[in-house]
Amino acid sequence: MEKNKYKDIVDENTPKENVFYDCLIAFITGGIMGVIGQYLIEFYTVILNVPTKSAAVCMLVTLIFISCLFTSLGFFDKWVNFCKCGLIIPITGFAHATMSAALDYKKEGLVTGIGANMLKLSGTVIIFGVVSSWVFSMIRMVVGLI
Amino acid sequence: MTIKFDNVYINQTSTVTGPYEAKGRLNKFFDKSYDDLYFGMKTFEQAETKSINDAIDILFRKANINKFQIDAFIGGDLSNQIAASNYAMEKINTPFIGIYAACSTSTLGLILGANLINSGADKIVTFTSSHNNAAEKQFRYPIEYGGPKPKTTTFTSTGAAAALLSSKKEGIKIESGTIGKVVNLDIKDVYNMGAVMAPAAADTIYSHLQDTGRTIDYYDLVLTGDLGIYGMNILKDFMLNSYAIELNKYNDTGVMLYDRDKQPVYAGASGPVCAPLVTYGYIFEQMKQKKLKKVLLVATGALMNTTMVNQKLTIPAISHAISLEVSK
Repeated sequence: MEKNKYKDIVDENTPKENVFYDCLIAFITGGIMGVIGQYLIEFYTVILNVPTKSAAVCMLVTLIFISCLFTSLGFFDKWVNFCKCGLIIPITGFAHATMSAALDYKKEGLVTGIGANMLKLSGTVIIFGVVSSWVFSMIRMVVGLI
Repeated sequence: MTIKFDNVYINQTSTVTGPYEAKGRLNKFFDKSYDDLYFGMKTFEQAETKSINDAIDILFRKANINKFQIDAFIGGDLSNQIAASNYAMEKINTPFIGIYAACSTSTLGLILGANLINSGADKIVTFTSSHNNAAEKQFRYPIEYGGPKPKTTTFTSTGAAAALLSSKKEGIKIESGTIGKVVNLDIKDVYNMGAVMAPAAADTIYSHLQDTGRTIDYYDLVLTGDLGIYGMNILKDFMLNSYAIELNKYNDTGVMLYDRDKQPVYAGASGPVCAPLVTYGYIFEQMKQKKLKKVLLVATGALMNTTMVNQKLTIPAISHAISLEVSK
């Protein structure tokens, strides 16, 4: 059979993903994450008297800690599966990806296992995060000069 | 290429599974099921090795034989360098042939074993295994990551299955076997293995019918390996379009192993152990009760390599078939 014809058969028999529903879930859960983050900042500034700039960092560290803890306890993957990008896009997704890789390889040694594989998924985020931040600061600099 | 066997029988079989399979539709047909995925070992990879050793132990007990009576073992699994099989065989210390044909390893093993019996070997044991978490870790994302997957994804089954072959007229007869070709119809979606493997299954079924001069109605049941529910439909369409063959008495072990309504297994089961878990338990029971007399088992394997997929190559697939009959 020709490859094009086969592709038609495959397309015909492949179920459609419910993109609208997935987006809606991601929008709602991602929004809830944002609200939680804002409440954390309020908590740090109002109750613990932390300066606003540092409060944002404290909020990130708290979310990272909680998602790493939940990943280790073994139920965060089910949440990610349900919320999809609602939990993957915020910092929780980054922490979860790093932690789950570390858990996978913990029995293969500290250096050869955890060290070498921990950033298997999230390494890309770091690399391209740095690259894109460089690009955008260059743009900002050039625009500022004009 | 189809080889006819005169006097080869699957005398005895054994199946060991993990917890998900035990909650599936065929749970009462398994010899042993574990409640957790570690099987009492430290890692998932070692658990897979343990499941092979368990399956062989149970097989020996059921057939009332010991390892000194076995001429050779033939087996394989999904792990790199078929590590699970090699480490399991280390404990047995008997001649061993390690094979890899992804999820079609089981039928390839049976074809090779039947050939050895035909050329004079007395008793051959074939086995296969897979482990969901070991496979996820090797081929996909970290286990705890659990990222969202499309509906066409298949769920690698956990467990091991072994079969004892000899020329003793007892159990299920292996009537013939067809060795498949590597087929690649340009599918590169690693989450749609059913679409990758369906052309290989179609090719092998057609070659088998051509070589033996049979029609598809000769078989009471055609059973494919692990195409999943969507792959099944693709195969039906493919057979009808390419060869004008209508698959009526047809099922897929990937669809049968789990309870897809209750378990989150997407399109169904996959893995080298999927086809034998269903066949050795449920299908053989049906055959012994004479509800099925002639069954064509077509295990399908996606020869996926993550390096090649990252290099933007499409995924090749292979499929080997064996014709099973009730021994008279």
